[in-house]
Amino acid sequence: MAKIMTVDDSVSLRKLVASALKAAGHSVSEADSGQSALSVAQTTTFDLVISDLNMPGMDGLTLVGQLRKLPAYRSTPILILTTEMDPQKKQAAKAAGATGWLVKPFDPAQLLATIRKVLD
Amino acid sequence: MTKSLSDIQIELLGLFFEESAEGLQQLESGLLALEQSKGGGADTINDVFRAAHSIKGGAGSFGLTEISTLGHAMEGMLEDFRSHRTEPTREMLASLLEGVDWLRNALDARKAGGSLPIAGVRAFCDQLETLRGSVPGTPTAIEKVASAAPAVALRIDFLPAPRILESGNEPVRLLRELSRLGRAKIATDLSRLPGLADIDASLCYLSWHIELEGNDVSAKAVEEIFAWVDTDAVLRIEPVLAKPIGQDVAAAEVAAPALVQAHPVPDAKSQLASTDGRADTAIGSIRVGVDKIDLLMNMVGELVITQSMLGVIDDEGSLDSRRVEQLREGLGLLARNTRSLQESVMRLRSVPISVVFNRFPRLVHDLGQQLGKQVELKVNGQTTEIDKTVVEKLGDPLVHLVRNSLDHGLETPEIRRAAGKSEIGVIEISAYHHGGDVVVEVRDDGRGINRDRVIERARQLGLLGENESPPEDAIRDFIFAPGFSTATAVTDVSGRGVGMDVVRRNIRALGGDVFVETTVGKGTCISMRLPLTLAIIDGQLIRVGNHAYVVPLLSIIESVQVEPKRVSKFQGKRELYRLRDKLIPMIELGQVLGMQSWQRSEESLMMIVEADNAPIGLLVDELLAQQQVVVKSLETNYERVAGLSGATILGDGSVAFILDTTAIGRLVRGTPSGAHAA
Repeated sequence: MAKIMTVDDSVSLRKLVASALKAAGHSVSEADSGQSALSVAQTTTFDLVISDLNMPGMDGLTLVGQLRKLPAYRSTPILILTTEMDPQKKQAAKAAGATGWLVKPFDPAQLLATIRKVLD
Repeated sequence: MTKSLSDIQIELLGLFFEESAEGLQQLESGLLALEQSKGGGADTINDVFRAAHSIKGGAGSFGLTEISTLGHAMEGMLEDFRSHRTEPTREMLASLLEGVDWLRNALDARKAGGSLPIAGVRAFCDQLETLRGSVPGTPTAIEKVASAAPAVALRIDFLPAPRILESGNEPVRLLRELSRLGRAKIATDLSRLPGLADIDASLCYLSWHIELEGNDVSAKAVEEIFAWVDTDAVLRIEPVLAKPIGQDVAAAEVAAPALVQAHPVPDAKSQLASTDGRADTAIGSIRVGVDKIDLLMNMVGELVITQSMLGVIDDEGSLDSRRVEQLREGLGLLARNTRSLQESVMRLRSVPISVVFNRFPRLVHDLGQQLGKQVELKVNGQTTEIDKTVVEKLGDPLVHLVRNSLDHGLETPEIRRAAGKSEIGVIEISAYHHGGDVVVEVRDDGRGINRDRVIERARQLGLLGENESPPEDAIRDFIFAPGFSTATAVTDVSGRGVGMDVVRRNIRALGGDVFVETTVGKGTCISMRLPLTLAIIDGQLIRVGNHAYVVPLLSIIESVQVEPKRVSKFQGKRELYRLRDKLIPMIELGQVLGMQSWQRSEESLMMIVEADNAPIGLLVDELLAQQQVVVKSLETNYERVAGLSGATILGDGSVAFILDTTAIGRLVRGTPSGAHAA
């Protein structure tokens, strides 16, 4: 089972993602901002990071860029969570180094199905 | 799109509602700020945008379609502002504010277990879209990919760029996903693989050619799997002419088990859970910082340690002096722990008063426009923390006071100009701690309360005889009489049948009180004094006659021995005590409390307490212990008694009344003749 970090300033959405992941047996860490996710990442590695796009302070794209600078996160799957993305935003996410994206709204089954693409 | 919610979703719905309430607040105050400083700061627009965006995103994930639709429409307009495609106009901001109302109603409806009809929501969203200048009726929700495509076979060439691994995408996992769609024949192309010495482990040299067939196979589904790598790979998808025989059988055999797992149909269990679960989430909850919980955990830890320490004493048989000492120490520790624990728990119940204050910018803005008055709202002390129950009950009285100030207090710009005042009236709402209380004030710089009109109205209501001339205090009291209003016409704004009497009753029910200060032409200030908590106070036990009473520790200034030479009589009635430079009215508690036989003794002490910002001296027989007492309401258990704020049960099981020093001060000052018989 994978070790996953979810990053979202909205508690309800973060918990929604986290509980769905936990229910599937994954171990989940939560971070409520880009900054705190980044500081956790300095000392801990994860098999997958799922981050919200729009957050106050450090947004999701900046977080991805910063994470990719850490050697341990060079090829860690990082998914950006957002509401329906237009192609430009998708490209911006990719350019920032994101592995892919998760489109809100989702239900737990969808979420689990989607992350299979980046987990063993 | 009616979808039943999963257990997890239902559980988290309450959290979403709370968050949305905060988001709405942000949205509203941001929009108001934009309206005031037209053109607005980029930060404000970003905040407002993010608030709308979060509500929309959350609502979507909780299956609240009408809310996400609203959020989407508002977000669209805000995105236009954010990207400077359009500048916000007054009309647009007004519509967005209307949107906030829609969102609030929609959320309330959901909280109550219902939902707003989607048609009305759509109509409003179309208005927003029209205002934006785009085509109304653009689809807002994402349609899921229909998977009812007929069985097909596809040939797929997947040639990843060497650096694909750096993005976190692993081709093998994508191929595994592909094989879930149907039966896949995968051939690996090694042609790009260099010699062993030249291999860089971080690069991908392989490519794949796949033949895929099955019921769920469609170019779209395949594209979706590869969507994240479309710029990191060459992907070619071509249909293969369908094989007419054996295809269905093969698809059913191979693909079916995987498909069942991948797309579970919403199951019966979650459908059943949805109706009941939703009602539960409506129960009030409180958001508590983790630090507060951690503190609590610590205290409980301490408590456990103390308990085990005391437990050891119990184990060791008879009590010798060493153990008694240990026991005493343990009990001391226990007392400290209990106290910290209690303080922490009480802190859990307190919330910042901003919860109530937040609604006023909008209220004042709307009312001001409605009444044609220009108002500036100042809000002070938003972070003042107060018991949750008090906060909840404070809302309505406060709204009433603010409406009153706006409607009756503030003058129209013309009148203000004529009176030499600024055309913009000021309403100031403040909260601050004062002694053991929290004071909440509503202050305006309007016309003040007209004394003559109050007297006139009091005569009409029969509160005052024709030729009686009441003292200033009494005039203020008339305002709180039922049915009292000096407004010449009942207006839509404040004439809603809720008078100051209701305000005072509500505040008194909370153990607080209301005061009015007013100067004609200068303005009015109505302040509400509220207890910090309803549950427990620090008390000083005192003895008066044969009874024990409790005086809230926070209202005590000091206690002194009475020196007869410092006592002087004022107008032959009231006794005053000269303490340093001050003259303090002396009050014989025994008299006030109606003990006929009580006599002042030589040993009587005077306890100086706070009452309405002025000290008074209470004569008591003895100071007993200081302890915390649990406040029991007199109203609930008996009836309100002047001078007493409640009762408590002491350690020995007897009942002691808690003195309300402010009320006693007023009781005595208000009736100077009756206060002293001695």
